[in-house]
Amino acid sequence: MTQTNHIGKAPNRVDGPLKVAGTAHYSGEFNVPHLAYGYVVSSPIAKGKVVAIHADEVRALPGVLEVFSHENVPYLAWFDKSYKDQIAPGGSPFRPLHSPDITFNQQPVALVVADTFELARYAAALLRIDYEQEDHETNLETKRTEGYAPGGGKTGFQAPPPPRGNPDKALKNATHSIEAEYAHGAQHHNPMELFTTTVEWRGDGKITAYDKTQGVYNVKNYLMGVFGLGKDEVRVVNQFMGGGFGAGLRPQYSVFMAVLATLELKRSVRVTLTRQQMFSIGHRPNTLQLLKMGTNPDGTLASLQHHALHETSQFEDYTENIVNWSGMLYQCENVKLGYQLAKLDIYSPQDMRAPGAASGNVGLEVAMDEMAYAAGLDPLEFRLRNYADRDQNVDKPFSSKKLRECYKQAAAKFGWETRTQKPRSMRANGKLRGMGMGGGVWDATQTKSAAKALISADGKLTVRSATGENGTGTYTIMTQIAAETLGLPLEAVTFELGDTDQPEAPIQGGSWTAASVGTAVKNACDALGEKILKLAQKPADSPLKDAKYDEVEFVNGQLRLRLDHDQAVVLRDVLQASGETQLEADSSALPNMLKQQGYSMHSHNVAFAEVEVDEDLGTIKVTRVVSAVAAGRILNQKTARSQVLGSVVWGLGMALMEETVMDHKFGRYVNHNFAEYHIPVNADIPHIDVIFVHEDDDIVNPLGVKGIGEVGMLGVTAAIANAVFHATGKRVRDLPIMLDKLL
Amino acid sequence: MYPFTYSRATDVADAVRDKAGHDGSAYVGGGTNLIDLMKMNVEQPAHLVNVAKLPLAKIEDLPNGGLRLGATATNSDTAWNEQVKARYPLLNQAILAGASPQLRNAATNGGNLMQRTRCYYFYDLATPCNKREPGSGCSAIGGFNRIHAILGASEACIATHPSDMCVALAALAPTVRVSGPQGERSIAFEDFHRLPGDHPEFDNTLAEGELITSLDLPEKGFAKHFAYLKLRDRHSYAFALVSVAVGLEMDGDTITDARLALGGVAHKPWRDHSAEALLKGQHATAETFGRVAAHVVANAVGQGSNDFKIELARRAIVRALKQAAEGKQEAGDVYLGGQ
Repeated sequence: MTQTNHIGKAPNRVDGPLKVAGTAHYSGEFNVPHLAYGYVVSSPIAKGKVVAIHADEVRALPGVLEVFSHENVPYLAWFDKSYKDQIAPGGSPFRPLHSPDITFNQQPVALVVADTFELARYAAALLRIDYEQEDHETNLETKRTEGYAPGGGKTGFQAPPPPRGNPDKALKNATHSIEAEYAHGAQHHNPMELFTTTVEWRGDGKITAYDKTQGVYNVKNYLMGVFGLGKDEVRVVNQFMGGGFGAGLRPQYSVFMAVLATLELKRSVRVTLTRQQMFSIGHRPNTLQLLKMGTNPDGTLASLQHHALHETSQFEDYTENIVNWSGMLYQCENVKLGYQLAKLDIYSPQDMRAPGAASGNVGLEVAMDEMAYAAGLDPLEFRLRNYADRDQNVDKPFSSKKLRECYKQAAAKFGWETRTQKPRSMRANGKLRGMGMGGGVWDATQTKSAAKALISADGKLTVRSATGENGTGTYTIMTQIAAETLGLPLEAVTFELGDTDQPEAPIQGGSWTAASVGTAVKNACDALGEKILKLAQKPADSPLKDAKYDEVEFVNGQLRLRLDHDQAVVLRDVLQASGETQLEADSSALPNMLKQQGYSMHSHNVAFAEVEVDEDLGTIKVTRVVSAVAAGRILNQKTARSQVLGSVVWGLGMALMEETVMDHKFGRYVNHNFAEYHIPVNADIPHIDVIFVHEDDDIVNPLGVKGIGEVGMLGVTAAIANAVFHATGKRVRDLPIMLDKLL
Repeated sequence: MYPFTYSRATDVADAVRDKAGHDGSAYVGGGTNLIDLMKMNVEQPAHLVNVAKLPLAKIEDLPNGGLRLGATATNSDTAWNEQVKARYPLLNQAILAGASPQLRNAATNGGNLMQRTRCYYFYDLATPCNKREPGSGCSAIGGFNRIHAILGASEACIATHPSDMCVALAALAPTVRVSGPQGERSIAFEDFHRLPGDHPEFDNTLAEGELITSLDLPEKGFAKHFAYLKLRDRHSYAFALVSVAVGLEMDGDTITDARLALGGVAHKPWRDHSAEALLKGQHATAETFGRVAAHVVANAVGQGSNDFKIELARRAIVRALKQAAEGKQEAGDVYLGGQ
């Protein structure tokens, strides 16, 4: 029996005890000596100029150290490229405190630094700033005809594929057709933890930035570029994160501000944003979508057309993949996809959980429901008739795709067969009952990552990689991979992350961490394993004498022949006999392009939702959700399930309540606080069943994992919207579906 | 947040004296609203008098058969008080429909009456607001006003009072006992909060320096036929779009006495006496309820994003009256939309 098979089990979070004991340190909890505090002052206007900053009035307060603004910022990097981070979109990145020009509401215009946080906050309130206001435009509706196709996009952006077949003709000749527009407003990530940076001044121009970020190297490279710091002069650390959801993918202005103040004052400085300022750091963009669909007599799709327009800032072409998924989720010969941006006087949007896909999926999956009804088909049956076995966007087979099995298992668990097709045909508890479904697709990506593994003579393994842990379970799954690779119990393994003194890993996003860092961790442990094997083979009587690495395995603290388990040595004996106090190995991992080039690699899911609607009052209660996910191999059943549970809650929020409301008169978000920007609370969240459909896939990466941080959100929003239609007969096409839309 | 001094009062006289001795001072109870407003610089008191520890936390019988709710009793202790549950379950339901357990554990009864509007613009110093800065203008008129008033608003202000507890109180009609530099007095609950008129900066009719010491409920508690219906944008921890408090006395299916108050629709908890008069002597039928509901909203005015509230209020009144007449409500019940 093997006790060191950890992958696929459900161990508790290895960092759980630290979190509940309060000993997991977040970026605002590094209380370095002689710390000063910075408070950001934000613009109350959306467009114009700062005419005067009466900083001297505030500098005169005892304990106020400095007021930084465009008036006194030192010479910083000049070219845009110095400000571009790993996923900066096209255009010119925002430079905090660079000029008097205001280009969005809540733009940071000054940083007040003082001996205490309370004093900095007070001084910031007193700081008088004169503005010259100009007319702004923040309403996407005014830009309907001014959309443009972005030139270059950010890393990961793919322009929609060219049209295939003859979509317009096919639509015209279709047996049934629909055309509808879908919309949702801006949404903000709103992780519980505020963006905070504590910068420690280490003397001699050297700093350590404890920064809330999903990518410590991304921040380090940004700081080096902007402030002209050398590699050895800046270290960035972030070992824990109170939620990211994409808000921490790009360096935020909090880290710029804290580093600026630290370098100028030669003193450690902390900057923490307010909840209101958390609405000035990027968002899921306000998006309009037009869907056209037509079917053939047999219920197959004759034509599918999907066009999206969303907002971006005046200075960057923020891009996301909204419509491309519509060309691959269903089989259709005649497809036209369009994607445009429109510039407004707002801050650049930013990737937010399942960026693009979450938006496009609502359009596609609600339209699929509308199409199913128009064609007189059950929505699940309609999807099965249009099941795609190949990715028609790139004309390649999927490396694996068990969406059909997801449909089957989730529908059975949900009891889809009890549903009657006609809207308003089901009732329960004096309410209208509705059942809806939606499915989705997300990328299975691997990006370059590195890791280091060290083992001590007593068999304790430490593995390091500068990835992130934003609550997803990174510590735990990497510990599982490392422990299983070298046949150790979980307790013998420590995984360390989030420090630029560690080998480089990519930003933690795109659902690629498990695949990318996981493979690097496995490779580093294998590299270490090869060294251990060599040591084991040193004694003349070694039972592993001529074995190659792929002929041995590490299990239960032993190294043994795969085909003859009696030929074994105890790992700790080998290490102790070697006389070495520690062995180490570095490795990195890249995707196997050769193996992958013939395939389209994606994760899939489906969600079924049940709602009850009070017809008189318009109130909606989601009573059940079943979500099935096919994402390769699941490394940890427990943390994976938690991610999907969270995703379902996100989908529910997007369907029923999340929206950042812009008052166009001021060009300012007005509900920028947790009281009025509603995210689901316990009372909103129903029983959720999560099903993982296993896929064997050795093409995506050696671990066979696809990542699950985002795919679980897809389908949910549409399933709820479709359930509301089924319950009420009312098709709400602008999210969120709040009670007034059902009155 | 602006700097302030702080003291903890030992008794009511001490509190009143302390406040009178400090310009720009404020009483603070649980602080669940005032401290937020101070952090946003909306409130800038120079001195805080903490009254949370005053000996006013008792809930006790009154000689006239009523119940006295001490001003510093927490909302939680009030909601779960056995007397309140048995005799004023409407109050129990309304309190439990508001905020979160954590907030209710800290918030006091006096403070609940004193909480200020949740108008987005009132909270945001970057936008004009007559309530915050008289004469600066109302941003909510012509702006985003989903949570704003449809009844009793003025050209100066369309803010709403955010309390749930106060809606039940409006129906139950206690007197508010206060102490101030001029001595003690009682204010009918209905006269405590005010409509905005030309002076939205005043939420209530307290004189300078006055402190709430108790809420004295009359004997009549409508414990058999009552309902508190709260409609909001999520099922908990959200302010009411519309809420309805109903108390009925019934003889068979005839309504012999009625109370009806609305929340989320006006600058004060909105009690409608004429609607109550329309209910009295009537049979508890859908037709009666519909007629009364239409009467309540007959003069309602929408502001754009809150137009739906007129129809929502109408329907909510019908529902709440029906629930109250059926008499199946119990203390502890909170409406969660679908279930």
